[in-house]
Amino acid sequence: MKKLILSTAALALAAGFATADVVRMGTEGAYAPWNFVNDAGEIDGFERELGDELCKRAELTCEWVKNDWDTIIPNLVSGNYDTIIAGMSVTAERDEVIDFTQAYTPPDPSAFAALDAGLDVEGGVIAAQAATIQAAFIAEKGWTLIEFATPEETVAAVRNGEADAVLADQSFLDTVVGSDGLVLLERTEMIGGGVGMGVRESDQELRAKFDAAIQSMKDDGTLNTLIAKWEVSSQW
Amino acid sequence: MSCWVTIQDYALRSIGIGERLLPKTDFTLCQQFTLIGSGMFWNIYFGAIALITGFFFATALAVGKNSANPLFRKPSEWFIFIFRGSPLFIQFFFAYFVFLSLKQSVPFLSPFTAAWLGALVVLFCNTAAYSGEIFYGALLSIPKGDTEAADAYGMSGWSRFRRIVFPTMMRLAWPAYTNEAIFLFHATTLVFFSGFPVLGQRGDALYYASYFADKTFNPFIPYPILAMYFIILTLIVVGVFGLVNNRLNRHLPQEAKAKMRFRPNIIR
Amino acid sequence: MFSYCTEPDTLEGMMWLSCYLTTGKHMGLYISVVTVLVLLAITAPVALMFGFAAATAARSHIAPLRWLGKGYTSIVRGVPDIAFFMFFVIALDQGFEWMRHKVKCPDWSEPIRQGNDFVVCTAAKLPLSESPQWVHETYAFFLAVLTFAIVFGAFAANVLFGAMRAVPRAQLETAEAYGMTRRQTFWRILVPQMWVYALPGLSNLWMVLIKATPLLFLLGVEDIVYWARELGGTKNARFTDYPHGDWRMWYFLALLVFYLTFTKVSEVVLERIMKRLTHGQATAGGEAQRRAEA
Repeated sequence: MKKLILSTAALALAAGFATADVVRMGTEGAYAPWNFVNDAGEIDGFERELGDELCKRAELTCEWVKNDWDTIIPNLVSGNYDTIIAGMSVTAERDEVIDFTQAYTPPDPSAFAALDAGLDVEGGVIAAQAATIQAAFIAEKGWTLIEFATPEETVAAVRNGEADAVLADQSFLDTVVGSDGLVLLERTEMIGGGVGMGVRESDQELRAKFDAAIQSMKDDGTLNTLIAKWEVSSQW
Repeated sequence: MSCWVTIQDYALRSIGIGERLLPKTDFTLCQQFTLIGSGMFWNIYFGAIALITGFFFATALAVGKNSANPLFRKPSEWFIFIFRGSPLFIQFFFAYFVFLSLKQSVPFLSPFTAAWLGALVVLFCNTAAYSGEIFYGALLSIPKGDTEAADAYGMSGWSRFRRIVFPTMMRLAWPAYTNEAIFLFHATTLVFFSGFPVLGQRGDALYYASYFADKTFNPFIPYPILAMYFIILTLIVVGVFGLVNNRLNRHLPQEAKAKMRFRPNIIR
Repeated sequence: MFSYCTEPDTLEGMMWLSCYLTTGKHMGLYISVVTVLVLLAITAPVALMFGFAAATAARSHIAPLRWLGKGYTSIVRGVPDIAFFMFFVIALDQGFEWMRHKVKCPDWSEPIRQGNDFVVCTAAKLPLSESPQWVHETYAFFLAVLTFAIVFGAFAANVLFGAMRAVPRAQLETAEAYGMTRRQTFWRILVPQMWVYALPGLSNLWMVLIKATPLLFLLGVEDIVYWARELGGTKNARFTDYPHGDWRMWYFLALLVFYLTFTKVSEVVLERIMKRLTHGQATAGGEAQRRAEA
């Protein structure tokens, strides 16, 4: 066992003694337009652009890391990266475990997409991605919830009739409606707060830096421009 | 809330009886134990039914693969190869996909897209293929003397199979088949994890374990609880299969029986 | 990749496909195939070592060692691999960092566990936070190998333990009669002979190992299933030059072919090894070979 540790230690040492403070940014890479993997295989999207700009303003060197959504918080608190920037809504539950910077997008309602615009969601089967605030919301309302592992499958479920509607962030549904007869319902639900960056509770210094950077982007209007460019939410 | 109340509320939650809402805050160990245990219902259901039904199909597959007639042999060979050669993960994906498209044309088949039936069919095929291969291997190693004796007694066809071939095959295959059963129960955790959707938060043990891991952001409590439940389940399976093994080998002298248990176990 | 790929929406048929299949993203998929193969190649011997150690321990005359070997095999075998994969990587990572922390920063005063946070000194981080991404990926890969080896080592231990028992007693008694010590008997007689009994079980294990690789993404390694899902999902024209519908089915079909081929090749190779191992052994197979040659 010792040998194994030593060899990785040597590996890490051999990698160089760069002294710059590197901040590792954790994201999911599967949630267009917030964050996704582009054709070149790199992380792209609203949060990529935002994160790079924030790092520039906070004078940090940033590195992007992809991580599965399910384990994104455990890996943050365990120190595998330093921030979560993955379209994560600020909720009270999450706030107990990690800290959030101020929100960089205002709270937006979640929307329903269905094949029939006149659908009454209360009596229907509603699809949502497992372990999201939307899934928790449907369960709480007492509607019939059907959970899928990925956002892709929730939309597919509506297309092939497994579910009557899907509840998700409006910006995500905007990218799928219009094809195969999917339409947005008029009804929207206010769930969760705005989206912020997650940091470890013990990492207040980093949080302050990003808070200031987000504030400066809000103040000079660049944040609104970015939001408009990627159509992720309403304006500040 | 005392633990007893929690048990009353959630012990049958996985089949939709009891409190509708899952706990949201202040998670107690009791809640985690109860709900994850409740989810075990599905794991046992999938495992037990697939094992029992798959057993008969597996016997047919083994006999088919051993048959001289290519009409029986080829399909059995291909069935076993495809289900043994591909990850269950991918089988679930395809099955769900196929059942969905079948449903569009034949509404009668609609229950197949639900886990309780669709996933069961996949697990049934999967375990039939693995056990079929084990039984086939056992079939090949039946001592020549046994079948020669059957011939000498003038047995043929069904009675020869039922009285001689089948019991010997079982005896030889049993240790490996025990392992297959254990694996099958473990494989049931994949049902809701990768293949089939969870309706109304009625999921299996892994579903509830990951629910708690997600809510508490601490994987170090729910997953070990899940592990504990599975160790118990495995012990039960080993125990039951051990009893059957004793019965299968009851004609052997005590010493030989003890020896049987230490055959190199061929796992799937 | 190709020069004509600059404007994909004007292309059609094979041209389009050739561009589509060579995007940077698809390269990720191809690299992941190699990753999976390398991982299997490394994991198999490591797991075998774990298994050998555990099987030897389970046979030991020293009780605690025996309990350790038996406990490890029965606990790990009793639990679905997926349950381990869900928390093992973080646990191992924290374990290593904690050990490094103790060594490298002995005068660190703050607690390591601050609420939910796991905080070690910067020098103890694994890998160091400023090391380049490939080091992090290698480390994740290494953790995945270790997790796989721990889980499958238990199964290998079970197989090897059975195989050691299967070596005919007469062989060991003969060795004792020749005055060999316990250790000599073990290394010179038992170990060389056990492989033929272990091989059917081990080849089965190899097949299981191959089929466990779709769970790699749980361990933070971007494997083929991750990429198949990612690439196959519906792609909107806003975010890619190659928009398409839900193509997961085709990607999974490719995976199916990959796994079936791999299984077939493994079967053929293992059969050959078995033939070679059986040669000259006092088993039914060896007897059949001897007769065929005679």
